[in-house]
Amino acid sequence: MTIIRRSLLIGAAAMAAGMFASAAYAQNTIKIGSVLSVTGPASFLGDPEKKTLEMYVRDINAAGGVNGKKLELFIYDDGSDANKARTFATRLVEEDKVDAVIAGSGSGSALAIRGVFEEAALPYISLAGAAEIVLPVRKWVFKMPHTEPMSCGKIFEDLKKRNLTRVGIISGTDGWGKAMRAECVAMAPKEGITVVKDEIYGAADSDMTPQLTNIKNTAGVQAVINCGFGQGPAIVTRNYRQVGLSVPLYQSHGVSSKSYINLAGEAANGVRLPAAALLVAEQLPDSDPLKKVAIEYKTKFEKETGQPVSTFGGHARDALFMLVEALKRAGSADKAKVRDEIEKTKNFIGTGGVINMSATDHLGLDLNSFRMIEIKNGDWSLVL
Amino acid sequence: MTVGAIYALVALGFTLIYNSSDVANFAQGEFVMLGGMVTFFGYAAGLPLFVAAVLAIVVAAVVGLLLYRLAIEPARRASPVTLIIITIGASIFIRGVTAIVLDKNFHSLPSFFGNEPFVIGGATLLPQSLVVMFGVSLVLIALWLFMSRTLRGKSLLATAANRTAAQLTGINTRAVTSTAFVISAAIGAIGGVLATPITLTYYDAGTLLALKGFAAAVLGGMGNPLGAVVGGLVLGLLEQFSAGYLSSQYKDAVAFIVILLVLFTMPQGLFGAKSVERV
Amino acid sequence: MRRFLTSPFLLVGAVAVVVAILPMILPSNFYMRVAALVYINAIAVLGLNLLMGFAGQVSLGHAGFFGIGAYAMALGPVYLGLPSWASLLGGTAVSALLAFLVGRPILRLNGYYLAIATLGMGMLVAMVISNEANITGGPNGMEVQRMVLFGWRVAGSVTWYWISGISLVIAALVVVNLINSPTGRALRSIHDSEIAARVLGIDVARYKLLAFVISAIFASIAGSYLALLDGFVTPTTAGFLLSIELVVMAVLGGLGSILGSIVGAAILVILPQALTVFHEYEHVVLGAIIVVFLILLPSGIVPAIAALIRRRPA
Repeated sequence: MTIIRRSLLIGAAAMAAGMFASAAYAQNTIKIGSVLSVTGPASFLGDPEKKTLEMYVRDINAAGGVNGKKLELFIYDDGSDANKARTFATRLVEEDKVDAVIAGSGSGSALAIRGVFEEAALPYISLAGAAEIVLPVRKWVFKMPHTEPMSCGKIFEDLKKRNLTRVGIISGTDGWGKAMRAECVAMAPKEGITVVKDEIYGAADSDMTPQLTNIKNTAGVQAVINCGFGQGPAIVTRNYRQVGLSVPLYQSHGVSSKSYINLAGEAANGVRLPAAALLVAEQLPDSDPLKKVAIEYKTKFEKETGQPVSTFGGHARDALFMLVEALKRAGSADKAKVRDEIEKTKNFIGTGGVINMSATDHLGLDLNSFRMIEIKNGDWSLVL
Repeated sequence: MTVGAIYALVALGFTLIYNSSDVANFAQGEFVMLGGMVTFFGYAAGLPLFVAAVLAIVVAAVVGLLLYRLAIEPARRASPVTLIIITIGASIFIRGVTAIVLDKNFHSLPSFFGNEPFVIGGATLLPQSLVVMFGVSLVLIALWLFMSRTLRGKSLLATAANRTAAQLTGINTRAVTSTAFVISAAIGAIGGVLATPITLTYYDAGTLLALKGFAAAVLGGMGNPLGAVVGGLVLGLLEQFSAGYLSSQYKDAVAFIVILLVLFTMPQGLFGAKSVERV
Repeated sequence: MRRFLTSPFLLVGAVAVVVAILPMILPSNFYMRVAALVYINAIAVLGLNLLMGFAGQVSLGHAGFFGIGAYAMALGPVYLGLPSWASLLGGTAVSALLAFLVGRPILRLNGYYLAIATLGMGMLVAMVISNEANITGGPNGMEVQRMVLFGWRVAGSVTWYWISGISLVIAALVVVNLINSPTGRALRSIHDSEIAARVLGIDVARYKLLAFVISAIFASIAGSYLALLDGFVTPTTAGFLLSIELVVMAVLGGLGSILGSIVGAAILVILPQALTVFHEYEHVVLGAIIVVFLILLPSGIVPAIAALIRRRPA
C-alpha cells in the first residue's frame, strides 16, 4: 500500500507544480488570454479558433512580435461549459495577468465570462454570435461575428428579391436558434414577411421529419428558414429533402463551415445562407477589398491544419489582428489605451468584413459585410 | 422508430452486461459512437463500407473486452455505485482517446441503399430506416440463437440466473462475463454503424445514448432483454410522437414523465421480475 | 490519529482550521476562487452523501435542486423584486418543497429505478430552465444581481471564500449532529437493510424523505452560492452532467464519509485546473485517474486511507 500512498503524493506534487508553473514566465511579453470551447458540443467553433490563434501568434513572434515584445498566448478549454469558462476567465485575470482577451466560443460562455473582464477592466474581444454580448455597449467588451438579427435581415432581403413572402421557420433549442428565431419572428411584419408555420426541434435531436412534415402540410409556404447551430441544421437539410419539401431552404451563418455540406450531402445543394465572404474567397470580384485577406487566411489555414476553412476560425484571426493593430497604435500594452484604440478601429479589413468600431458600436459590421451564398455541387457559390 | 431501434440495441447491451456482472455500464453509448466513428474513418481511408464496418465492430469489441479486464474485473469487490462511476470514468477516457486519435467533428456515412424515400400512404420512409429495422431484428435473432443453441450462450444465461450456482457447476464465469462485454460492445457498434447514416455521430455522442439506453432498460425492467427492446422502441416512439404532435421542446420531458408514471404503477418496470430481498 | 478519525466533531474542527489557514498560503485570488468552488461543491456533495452514503438512496438528479437554487438568485430580484437573501431562502424553500412532493412517490423505488426517476426529475428542471427563454434567458443564461447586505456589495473571490468556507463548516456540523442522532441511526439501518429497519419499527419512508429533503436543501444553497459567486447562471448548473459530477465526487471521496465529501469535491474541482498542462490529453488523464483511484480504493479515498491508518498500531 505504500506504493499507492507514494504515487498519490507524487500526483499531488505534480499537480501543484503544474498550477504554479504558469506563473513563472518572464514578464517581458504581451499576454493574450483565451477561453475557448475546444471540446464538447461547441468544439466545432473552439477547435478552429484555437488553431488559428496558435498559428498566427507563432508567426507574429517569428517576425519579431509587437512593439518589440513577443506575444504570449494562454488558451484554456472550457469544454463548452459556461461555469468552467468563468473559472478559467478568473485564472486569466488573477493568475496569468493577461493584457487582453480573445475568448468565448459559444454565446453562453461568452456572456458568462463578460463580467469577469469588465470588473478587471481588461479589453475583451468575443468570438461568439449573440448580439446581446455588445448590446447595450459595454466599455471593455467587443465582438467579431455577425449577429442573429443581421442573419434574419439578410435572408429577408433575399426573399424579397425573389418575391417570396410566406415562410416557415424551424429552429433549434440551442441559444443561437432560439435568439435568431425570436429576431426573425419580430422582424418579419416590418419587412412584409408572414411566418405561417413555426416549428422547434431539440438541439441534440437526430430526426426532424415530424416537424418538417408539419411544415410541408401547411398550405402556402414559399420558403423555409432554419435557425440553428451545430449538427441540427445538417439533419434538417437531409430530412427536408426526404419529406419531399422543394421550396427554397435558408440557413443562418451558424452553419458556415464545410462540415455542414459534408454532413448534409447532396441535400445541401440549393440551400442559401448569408455568410462571411471568406467562404467564397476565390469567387469574389477583384474589386472586393476582402478578397486578398480572405484568400490569404484560407490558404494558410488549410495548408497548416489540413482542414477546410470555416468563418469561426476567421473571426479569431480578425480579432487577433485587430488587437495587434490596436497594440501598435497604443505603443504599449496599457489596458485603457489598448481599449481606446480598439474602439477607434476604422476600415479594418478582416475575413468577416470591414470593421468600423465606435463608442456606440462595438461590433462594427453592417449587412454589407454579409454575402448571400448558395450551395452548388457541394461547394459554396456566391449569389450575385 | 429508427431512433427507438437504436435505443433498444443500447438497452440490450446494457442488460447483457448487467445480467452477467451486475454492472450498469454507462460506457455503453461509447460503443455506439465507436461503431460510427471507426467506420467513417475506415471508409474515408478507402476501405469498402462493409469492411470498415466490420473493423469498427471488432475495435468496439476489443475495447469492450479491455474495459472488462482492465477496469471492471480488478474492482470486482467494489459496490455497484463504485462500478458505475468506474464505467463513467472509462467513458470519459474512451471519448478523450477518440477525440485525439480520430477527431472532434461530426461525421456521417452514406446510406447503404440510397436516399430516395418510399412513400407509403402519405408517410415517407427511408431505405436506411428499413436497414436499421432489419439489422436490429437480425441482431436479436442471432442473439437468441446464441443464447439458446450454444454452450457459451447457455452458460451466460446460467450465470445471469445465479452466479454462484453457475460457478459450482463448473462454468468459468470470468470467461462468460468477458463474452458478455464483447457481445454488448459489438451490438452497440452495430447500432452505431446502422444509425450513423441517419443520425450522424461524433466523439461526444455516446453520453446521451447511454442515458437513453439506460432509461429504456429500466423502463422495460432491469435485466430483462425483451423488456430492454420494448423499452427502447417505446421510448423512441414517445419522442417521435411528442415532437410531431405535442411539443418538440419538451419531447424528452414527455418521455421521462411517461417513464415516471410507469415506475409509479409498476416499480419494477414493464417486464421486471419482483425481486425479493433476503434479510 | 485514531481518535481523530473516529471523532467527527474533531474532524469538523480540523476542516474549520484548514478553511481559516488556507488564505495565508494561497498565492492569488484565483486560488481563492477555486477553493470557494471546492467548498460550494462540497456543501452539495455533503447533502448527497447523507442521502447516498447514509440512507443508501441513489440520486442522479441533484443538479435539478442546484439549478433551482442558482436560478432563484437570478429570477427572484428581477421578477419578484426580492433582495438576494430572500431569493436564497425562497429558492431553498422551492427545492425543499419539490423534494418533499416528488420524494414520496419516487423513494418507493429501489436502486436503478430510483436512479432513473431522480434523473428524470433533474432533467425536467433543466428542460424548463432551458426552454422558458423569455423568463430564464434560455441556453445562453442570464445575469445575477450582486447581493447587497446592509449596503455592502457582496462580491469577489475572497468574500465568497469566507462565506462558502464558513457555510461548509456549518453544513458539516449539521450532518455530524444528524448522523449521531437517533435519526442518523435510523438512516443507517435503512442503508443496511430496509426490511430489517421496517421490522424494527422504523418509519422507513419518512426517514428516506427526510434525507432527500435535506440533501435537496444543501444542493439548492450550493447552487445559490455559485450563482452569487459567478454573477451569471446558465442551464448547465441544472444539467445532467453536473448531477453525475456530484455523484462522482461523493463516491470518489468516499460514501458515508464527511471528509470524503470535501476531498471528492476538491479533487474534481482542482483536477481540471491542474490538468490544463496536458492540453488535449486532459480528458484522457481525467478518465484514467477516476478509474485507477476507484480500482485501488473502491470504498472511496477517505475511508480507504482511514482503514489503512487504523490497521497500523496507533
